[in-house]
Amino acid sequence: MNTSKHAIIGLLLAAIALFAPTAQAQQAGTQFIGITGYRVGPYGANGAAFFSGFIDYLHLVNERDGGINGIRLSWEECETEYNNTKGVECYERLKTRAAAGPTAIHPMSTGITYALIDRAPADKIPLITLGYGRTDSVDGRVFPWLFPLLSNYWDAATGIVKFIAMREGGEAKLAKKKIVLLYHDSAYGKEPHPVLEAESKKLGFELRMIPVPHPGNEQQSQWLQIRQYRPDWVIVWGWGVMTATSLSTAQKMGFPRDRMVGNWWAGSEIDTEAAGDAAAGYYAASLNLAGRDFPVVREIQKHVLDKGKSQTPAKTVGSVLWNRGMAAAMMTVEAVRTGQGKFGKKPLTGEQVRWGIENLNVDAARLNQLGFGAMVPPIKVSCADHGGSGLVRFQQWDGKQWKAVSDWMSGDRALVRKMVEDSAAKYAAEKGIKPACLSS
Amino acid sequence: MQFFFEVLIGGLLSGVMYSLVALGFVLIYKASGVFNFAQGAMVFIAALAYVTLAERFGLPFWAAFGLALAAMVLIGILTERVVLRPLVNQPQISLFMATIGLAFFLEGLAQLVQLWAFEDLSPRPLRLGIQDAPIERLMSDFNVLVSSFDLFAAAVAAVLVAALALFFNKTRIGRALRAVADDHQAALSVGIPLKYIWAIVWSVAGFVALVAGLMWGARSGVQFALTLVALKALPVLILGGFESIAGAIVGGLIIGASEKLAEVYLGPYVGGGIEGWFAYVMALLFLLVRPEGLFGEKHIDRV
Repeated sequence: MNTSKHAIIGLLLAAIALFAPTAQAQQAGTQFIGITGYRVGPYGANGAAFFSGFIDYLHLVNERDGGINGIRLSWEECETEYNNTKGVECYERLKTRAAAGPTAIHPMSTGITYALIDRAPADKIPLITLGYGRTDSVDGRVFPWLFPLLSNYWDAATGIVKFIAMREGGEAKLAKKKIVLLYHDSAYGKEPHPVLEAESKKLGFELRMIPVPHPGNEQQSQWLQIRQYRPDWVIVWGWGVMTATSLSTAQKMGFPRDRMVGNWWAGSEIDTEAAGDAAAGYYAASLNLAGRDFPVVREIQKHVLDKGKSQTPAKTVGSVLWNRGMAAAMMTVEAVRTGQGKFGKKPLTGEQVRWGIENLNVDAARLNQLGFGAMVPPIKVSCADHGGSGLVRFQQWDGKQWKAVSDWMSGDRALVRKMVEDSAAKYAAEKGIKPACLSS
Repeated sequence: MQFFFEVLIGGLLSGVMYSLVALGFVLIYKASGVFNFAQGAMVFIAALAYVTLAERFGLPFWAAFGLALAAMVLIGILTERVVLRPLVNQPQISLFMATIGLAFFLEGLAQLVQLWAFEDLSPRPLRLGIQDAPIERLMSDFNVLVSSFDLFAAAVAAVLVAALALFFNKTRIGRALRAVADDHQAALSVGIPLKYIWAIVWSVAGFVALVAGLMWGARSGVQFALTLVALKALPVLILGGFESIAGAIVGGLIIGASEKLAEVYLGPYVGGGIEGWFAYVMALLFLLVRPEGLFGEKHIDRV
């Protein structure tokens, strides 16, 4: 009796879990957006900030504009925990949720992006990897379904080298300098290796690359090696707890924080606040500006947050990652709008959205119209260039907040482009892909 | 040579941090013969309870510590009442599975508490007032880097081990606990109150989790990643033996020192990053030679 009672309760619970409607389940006639997000696990704090911004912007489009040209947005978020296997599961689940598909997937993980590279083209679902992912996918002739928008890791790495050169007094001064790349031991952390090796050959600095095992909350041996090696600069390619631990361990080892530069995933308030005093002086490249002083943030406050449409905590609003999530949503929405211009005002399929992203053109005037102003640089996508301007801006943590210490600047774009084309051509040859632009 | 010693000392001191977590596992294992999968989650929730009381409500250290301890005792008692009591005399694997469920529950509960107290899931800095910075004197005189915080952690671990050793060997409860670990049913039959013992041991494990959580949290902030420090404790336990407090300490020291030395001296030949799995390889090799661990009890089963 007892066993059967338990079994019945279990079955009932399972049924509830399976059939319970999600808050924003897909509704007929809407543009459904599948979101592979993460809010739990060791990277949950970072993911929560990003995806809150993403969803708040979708809310804004629905609440203020009634959707995109009258087509309302619906969405579903699936928890990946920044885990590649779960990322693929979520992707497979989300793609079945609406007849037209999940619009475009933002994996928010370089590892998950790699896991989806073969699946997405087969399913005709575009992947938008804003500021992460596989770098050579900038070449849209080989990777028609991948869009590393805004900037990529090679632009970031060369930008950081240029920033270090500026601090040292010119590129000529980099010769004989020692730079360490301290990286998250994952697909994400390995992405900048080739371009930094090329830069080291070109500019003559000594490069040493030291991996930090996941999740990175213990870095004693890495920093002892750094202490012995005595580098002039340390580039931090961290994510989640790794960045804060790098900063606190640097303090422990007596390494100056103003000789450390992070990339844009290692440069949010979440990283520096956790490290406390140890973070003061630390630099990071940024992909977008933080802050609330943008019209779009005020609009979200008015139409979404004040109306209780969102659960986003007040302090997350305007943070680095929240703003980035909002920018990522904006580009998705603008791509759908672009696609609607060609295919008509209806929910678009992945194929149609892909065309929209490839023809996306958000210039400075449009950014102002959308209320983003200078939060992100303008972007124009083409078949040959699935990336963006590649611009980065450097900021420094003063102990309380991030302060910009440079203008928008680019790294070695010529070098990056050449390496992108070479690497993409190699991939095409391996996979038997004939590089070409898709017409629709 | 100076660098070798620096790595060695750093490794030993890191090992102490692993031992702090491993101790919690040992306690539960001694009392119920089960590997407590929820120990990592307990470390997280304990540290979070402390940081909530200290940072959100501005309580002084001892008040926050005391209340956090009370919370852990409550969790210990509830665990006994709700999770363990229905499983008395069930196979060990059932108890183990129950601790997996408990881990998920505690992880979720911790995140709920964090959202309630701090509005978001960002890592919370935890300040104990001890700088994680090199000791100047050693640095200037011998050029050897030793962190004052690491030394403090080692001292805390020493006190903790001494207290636990006394508790287990010199008190009635301690002896009763060892009897329970040997055989639930036999212990019950001679009148040892199993429920009471389990509640106590889970509370003590909560106390150890709180100390470990404070130490780890002070280093990299109180956040979800604290649940993963448990992964570092597993090879320590295999090496030291699941039932031995001394083993947890010695195992921690061996694992800490050898993984750091391996990372620094062998790492460069294989592309680095071996620290994550090196401890497991060592534990595996150890299993082949001495399956019960350095200090574990050798069980002979008659068939």
